[in-house]
Amino acid sequence: MSFANVCSQFKGFDFDGFFNRIQPDDIIKVLGKPGLDRTDFLVMLSPAAEGVLEEMAQKAHRLTLQHFGRAMVLYTPLYLSNYCVNVCSYCGFNARNRMYRKTLTLDEVEAEARAIASTGLKHILVLTGESRRHVPVSYIAGCVRVLRRYFASIGIEVYPMEEEEYRVLIQAGVDSLTIYQETYDEEVYDRVHVKGPKKHYRYRLEAPERGCRAGMRAVNIGALLGLNDWRRDAFFTGLHAAYLQDRYPEVELSVSVPRLRPHLGNFPPLYPVLDKNLVQILLALRLFIPRLGLTLSTRERAELRDRLIPLGITRMSAGSCTKVGGYAIQDTGHGQFDIADTRNVAEIREALLGRGYDPVFKDWHPF
Amino acid sequence: MEDKLVLGGREIDNRLLLGTGKFPSKAIIPEVIKRSGSQVVTMALRRVDFDSQQENVLNYIPKGCILLPNTSGARNAEEAVRIARIARAAGCGDWVKIEVITDNKYLLPDNYETITATEILAREGFVVLPYMSPDLMVAKRLQDAGAAAVMPLGAPIGSNRGLKTRELIRILIDEIEVPIIVDAGIGKPSEAAEAMEMGAAAVLVNTAIATAGDPVLMAEAFSLAVKAGRQAYLAGPGLTREYAEASSPLTGFLREVQEA
Repeated sequence: MSFANVCSQFKGFDFDGFFNRIQPDDIIKVLGKPGLDRTDFLVMLSPAAEGVLEEMAQKAHRLTLQHFGRAMVLYTPLYLSNYCVNVCSYCGFNARNRMYRKTLTLDEVEAEARAIASTGLKHILVLTGESRRHVPVSYIAGCVRVLRRYFASIGIEVYPMEEEEYRVLIQAGVDSLTIYQETYDEEVYDRVHVKGPKKHYRYRLEAPERGCRAGMRAVNIGALLGLNDWRRDAFFTGLHAAYLQDRYPEVELSVSVPRLRPHLGNFPPLYPVLDKNLVQILLALRLFIPRLGLTLSTRERAELRDRLIPLGITRMSAGSCTKVGGYAIQDTGHGQFDIADTRNVAEIREALLGRGYDPVFKDWHPF
Repeated sequence: MEDKLVLGGREIDNRLLLGTGKFPSKAIIPEVIKRSGSQVVTMALRRVDFDSQQENVLNYIPKGCILLPNTSGARNAEEAVRIARIARAAGCGDWVKIEVITDNKYLLPDNYETITATEILAREGFVVLPYMSPDLMVAKRLQDAGAAAVMPLGAPIGSNRGLKTRELIRILIDEIEVPIIVDAGIGKPSEAAEAMEMGAAAVLVNTAIATAGDPVLMAEAFSLAVKAGRQAYLAGPGLTREYAEASSPLTGFLREVQEA
């Protein structure tokens, strides 16, 4: 059994026909239920639900308050390298893009760590492009051993790995894994991943589960919104989270909702995702899995992020930079995408407190 | 007669234990503690930011309070033990609330791992307060292992659903010698009062206070309810009757005959 089996159950399913049958009353009925099943979740993602967003938001807010309180965990990304062998049409690290490529030395990693730690952040997410030659697992493990002197929690968002490789990184000090499927539609996936190992859909699809088996404490998944019909990708993201939660109840699961951002190469979103669509996705996920972590990055602009907080967000990045060496090094590599919320950590802290939310800098204690 | 709760050799007047998670800001915590009068305050070690004056929750807990670090995040006994040791080494004292949770869906505690952790930590001199699913045999094992109290859940953590496990908790109160502290699930002051009327030694509340519109006022409300419930328990409630006592009794003639 793998999540691929769950996906295959929906091969040929008439999503449009299903959505067309949904009336506003159906949404209200689902909102009255104590828990949502898969069909209810799909109802929440229907076009008809757009007319009931406020009611959905009220319930989502209550559930979030109940399960997470007014706490917001803060983290920031740290890019180790922008070398990449993949040709992905939507990504700034695309191997065909002519740009300055760089991999941090361990000394540079330490300089970056010091700069980030001085802002008070304790949770860090390490990112790289996909190039096992430039960024082998042993290099990532070496970086993690440096970083653990500065941070309480270290996550990775790197190329998909074998279970044993995840174990090596956990041993080095990693406790959480972030990996996005980008899109759950195999055809679209094949089209946008033009060349490189990332073309292997199923290997990536099963990576979060390998991470769970390896003993990751937290696993964060998601789809890159804009590549495909967002209703379907949001649906499969939710099912994927539910699948993992049922099989690995000891793992803290969360979902990100990244929307395509401008980047080098300029690939326009195939399916634009409006603010109201993003809101609907967040609400549907919260109602479907009340204890699911919801992560919001600086891809979104400050005003929108602040307004999304009470709808169910539990983790936010702060003071982010997507350039390799962007926090402390002069010689920086080109960034993956342009960020939209450029506030620094202190400003985000203030904004949270101003809205009645407690910024949580530390939510794990390594031992 | 003075009515004190004795835990780990310490006398405690106020039977409302407080949790520090989920508040809108740490700055509100001192006032919440002050208005509730709570003397025992729990915090997740995973959230204690020892490096930051501003973010360290310990800096918001008045000096007189007993710190009760909890092992939130522990997935087995070994992890709970390691977290407890870190807390003690970091100066949080000898008290520990054991939380071993392997189920992120319902956040229900793992009783078996909890027993193991209790055995180890009690031997190491900790004042151990284990959070558990109410089960008489498990409670007995925890007591035998040296737990200072047993903390059954009223309902899943954060659910605010009240005393759903009422009958099981009642059995623990009757059968277990160490204090029974109802932890988790209590959503309203009336439910805290009910637990105390039943004979619980104390209650621990977090979500219901932290997520209230006015956490400070709600903390005071809980404190009053806990006192009221305790006093009612000590007073011994009057008999509850199924029917009202008729003013013209049907069997009154029997007394009249005797008197005649």
